[in-house]
Amino acid sequence: MRIKCPLCGERDRREFYYKGAAIDLARPAPDAGDVAWDDYIHNRENPAGRTKDLWQHEMGCGSWLVVERNTVTHEVYGAELAEDVKRGMK
Amino acid sequence: MRISNKGLIDRSSPVSFTFDGKKVDGFAGDTVASAALAQGRKVFGRSFKYHRPRGVMTTGSEEPNALVTLHSGAAQDPNIRATTQEIYDGLQVRGQNAWPSVDRDLMGVNDLFAPFFGAGFYYKTFMWPGALWEKLWEPMIRRAAGLGALSGEHDTSRNEKAYAFCDLLVIGAGPAGLMAALTAARAGADVILADEDARFGGRLLLEDEEIDGKPGHIWASEVTAELEGMDNVRLMTRTTVTGVFDQGTYGALERVGQHLADPADDLPRECFWRIVAKRAVLAAGALERSVAFANNDRPGIMMAGAVRGYLNRYGVATGQKVAIFGNNDSAWKTARDLQAAGVEITALIDSRSDVTPQGDFPVITGGLVSDTRGHGALKEITVQSASGEQKIAVDCLGVSGGWNPSVHMLCHMNGRPAWDEATQSFLPVENMVPGLVAVGSAAGHFNTQAALESGINEANKALTDIGLKSTDTKAPQAEDGAYNITALWDVPHESKGYKRAWLDYQNDVSTKDVRLAAKENYASVEHMKRYTTQGMAPDQGKNSNVNALAILADATGRDIPTTGTTTFRPPYVPVSMAALGAGARGKGFAPERFVTSHQATVDRNAPMIEAGLWYRPGYYPRPGEKTWLESCNREVTSIRNAVGVTDVSTLGKIDIQGPDAGAFLDFVYTNMFSTLKVGRVRYGLMLREDGHVMDDGTTARLGENHYVTTTTTAAAGQVMKHMEFVHQALCPDLNVRFISVTEQWAQFAVAGPKSRELLNTVLDDKIDNDSWPFMACGDVTLSGVKGRLFRISFSGEHAYEIAVPSRYGDALFRDLVSRAEVLGGGAYGMEALNVLRIEKGFITHAEIHGRVTAFDIGMGRMVSGKKDCIGKTASERPGLHGDHREHMVGLKPVDAGQDLSNGAHLFFADDDITADNSRGYVTSVGYSPTLDTYLALGFLENGPAHYGKKIRFKDHLRGIDTMVEVCNPVFLDPEGGRSRG
Repeated sequence: MRIKCPLCGERDRREFYYKGAAIDLARPAPDAGDVAWDDYIHNRENPAGRTKDLWQHEMGCGSWLVVERNTVTHEVYGAELAEDVKRGMK
Repeated sequence: MRISNKGLIDRSSPVSFTFDGKKVDGFAGDTVASAALAQGRKVFGRSFKYHRPRGVMTTGSEEPNALVTLHSGAAQDPNIRATTQEIYDGLQVRGQNAWPSVDRDLMGVNDLFAPFFGAGFYYKTFMWPGALWEKLWEPMIRRAAGLGALSGEHDTSRNEKAYAFCDLLVIGAGPAGLMAALTAARAGADVILADEDARFGGRLLLEDEEIDGKPGHIWASEVTAELEGMDNVRLMTRTTVTGVFDQGTYGALERVGQHLADPADDLPRECFWRIVAKRAVLAAGALERSVAFANNDRPGIMMAGAVRGYLNRYGVATGQKVAIFGNNDSAWKTARDLQAAGVEITALIDSRSDVTPQGDFPVITGGLVSDTRGHGALKEITVQSASGEQKIAVDCLGVSGGWNPSVHMLCHMNGRPAWDEATQSFLPVENMVPGLVAVGSAAGHFNTQAALESGINEANKALTDIGLKSTDTKAPQAEDGAYNITALWDVPHESKGYKRAWLDYQNDVSTKDVRLAAKENYASVEHMKRYTTQGMAPDQGKNSNVNALAILADATGRDIPTTGTTTFRPPYVPVSMAALGAGARGKGFAPERFVTSHQATVDRNAPMIEAGLWYRPGYYPRPGEKTWLESCNREVTSIRNAVGVTDVSTLGKIDIQGPDAGAFLDFVYTNMFSTLKVGRVRYGLMLREDGHVMDDGTTARLGENHYVTTTTTAAAGQVMKHMEFVHQALCPDLNVRFISVTEQWAQFAVAGPKSRELLNTVLDDKIDNDSWPFMACGDVTLSGVKGRLFRISFSGEHAYEIAVPSRYGDALFRDLVSRAEVLGGGAYGMEALNVLRIEKGFITHAEIHGRVTAFDIGMGRMVSGKKDCIGKTASERPGLHGDHREHMVGLKPVDAGQDLSNGAHLFFADDDITADNSRGYVTSVGYSPTLDTYLALGFLENGPAHYGKKIRFKDHLRGIDTMVEVCNPVFLDPEGGRSRG
């Protein structure tokens, strides 16, 4: 599997560390309530198809990335810097 | 027998080697198989299960029978295909799975019992009694059946891994592959051309045919020479592409030193490549398949294409009276080539009735070979035809049941090929693997002209895909005959007796086994495969799967497309673990990280403890000390009374700078750092977002916008990743940057009442309690070297950590230790460090093991109420605090001499010792020479409520069952006066 780091270019997945679903970016407010926090911390979809998840280019520039890929075909659609995605969420 | 003036071997370079101790003479360019066949060897191996003698079937890596072992001792290399192993002077080859030799194998007796050993025999027979399976039946079966064995010695061979990148990867260098590579290379693309053979040309080396009026192998050499002269081309011989992976990643195994008599010391035996290609063409060719007739496995029976291959490439006649049996036009090429070379053809038997005989040799059309005779070597075949049954004396039979395109690689990502009636074979379909397309006979183009043209066409498409201009490379003139075939899978034979028609030679699977599987309702191709082991041998069914599923289709009344294929998986050929794991053996598997004081510590004979990849000293033994505990006790005592020095550089150090550095730290730590004064240090606790403790450590504020955080040794990497995540993904607008400086600073703890006295002998400017109070930090100089000093303590003593740039670490450590020794102390190791911190109730990852909260370790108040931080909300969830939680406590044995142990469970005195009654567990244990007793830290349900109570300490594993008193985890100096002194 290969991921195109926006800063370094396309690299082998061995250079990346996997964290999990990109939902981790959507941190609820402290008073958002138990349901929101349970969803944020524990509940995850297990999609067959398109998914967005977080990878860090650990052996490269250190960037955290949101990678969109397909769990069925293994196609990697692209990667964005997590900080850009986060800024866009505001 | 050699035929003069034939073959691509170099007759001016004789080479000799041994096969089972017997000398074999060959020539440069020979394989083990070709040289041994030339010398008349028939038996090359014994079959897996029945130990039937077997001979060479093929000329390539698909060979099912001729597996041999090279070398002996540590270098022993089993299951090497004799058909691909190049020979060199002094090579030692041995037969396998036979005793005493493949020629006279006493285990051949298995074949006499064959009627009992059909598919499912082991499942049915050795079921009872179950206890005997592992002890008796399995070892017995394994001894009798098998392949070559490893030596059992440590493998000393060198292997390598390598990476390569290209625009176009061409897999296979036959006519289609060469043409594709040439087309792309002329267009300026970066091309890698890989072929498993030592020489490029593929089938052209095995055939007698012309391209542009010259012999095919000459054309191949000319193309190879042109490619060789181009900077944008990498030619990889002896390299088998073994698998396809996501996004154009290909695995490939290169045989680097295996074919050399005296490889250089630094030359690897094999190299495993990962090749990343924008586009790839599969020019893997096609493999000929056999026909299942009774006793079709006798040595001397081989593929018709192999018979002419040995003749054309190696100048070897595989027999002196050769018969050919086939159902397609390619069988006739063998007859034509043999006749031209003057080899006697006793008969060409074509199963088709509607063919026009050509050539000056006996032809039987509409004929079938129904049986063979000859133990150890073929002597006679029985042929059925319209004119009745006849027996023909032969010593070699070439068989062609048709050709299977090598679509394997296209199926590695779940693609399924489609059945083609015209060629009676599975052909690739579109888009089986993104970016990979088949050309040549792998795509069903069964003549050379069509193969060459498909190579050009697909290479041009690939060039367009990657944005390069295609060239007008034209295909040369080549053979363009038709390929006609009529299906023939098996020849019916008597169902009684020993006669079997073999499919999978490597696993001894016959048509009977497949039909039995169908009868017992293992009708799915995947079930049949597992029931019979069809296709599960090292050749992975390359020679037999299509035949087997045709038989299964017949037995179950279905057609071939409905029956389907089994799943193809990488690797295409067996790949040794040594090659896959190259570089990751021994210390390469777990690299060593050394601190700057490593050599000084080794010089002092300190045994090392592994902490992750780091090596840290356990203790520093002194003359007269007989046990580690004596050394440890001495070190602890000297720190409590004088001074000790230890290397703490393994702790993670993160340099954090920027106007928002304080705000950032406030968010990742539970407590406040923005309020920390410049020149001061604060202990911090870090939670995971789920509210449990992640790590702890001290953070020093060196300037208004400059902090240095320390992490535990174990969690250094994890904390760095976490902080990067929090910054980039949660609060990217904070103006802060950080970097790991763990390797840049050598840092030493100097602990004990005489620590300041010691430091003042090395610091350029002396310190005192007013200038450097407890938890102060700042810059210092030592003989002009800029360093940092932190007054922090992990021992509870008056203590400092002093940091200098790494290049001064060794010198400073040696200096500090010798000065400490003068003051009555010295270096101390991890054992003493552990005792010192247990005496003080300081935690490590033994306590913060991932399931504890700040509340559990008595630090609930460190979660600041004034701000949000990672893990704060979750830490407030019901269930994460309260009386039911297991709380950290101290434990002291009632009998001070009693040893304690990690992992013990805690029970109330009156409770039964059952798992349900466990009230807690023990995480850290040490003997305190200061208090003259063992001490333990552990977790106990509602712990503080039980201070002063005596509870039961039970360790089933080590047999310790004793009473301990529950107490505050700070055993020594609870007021902390010593560290402030």
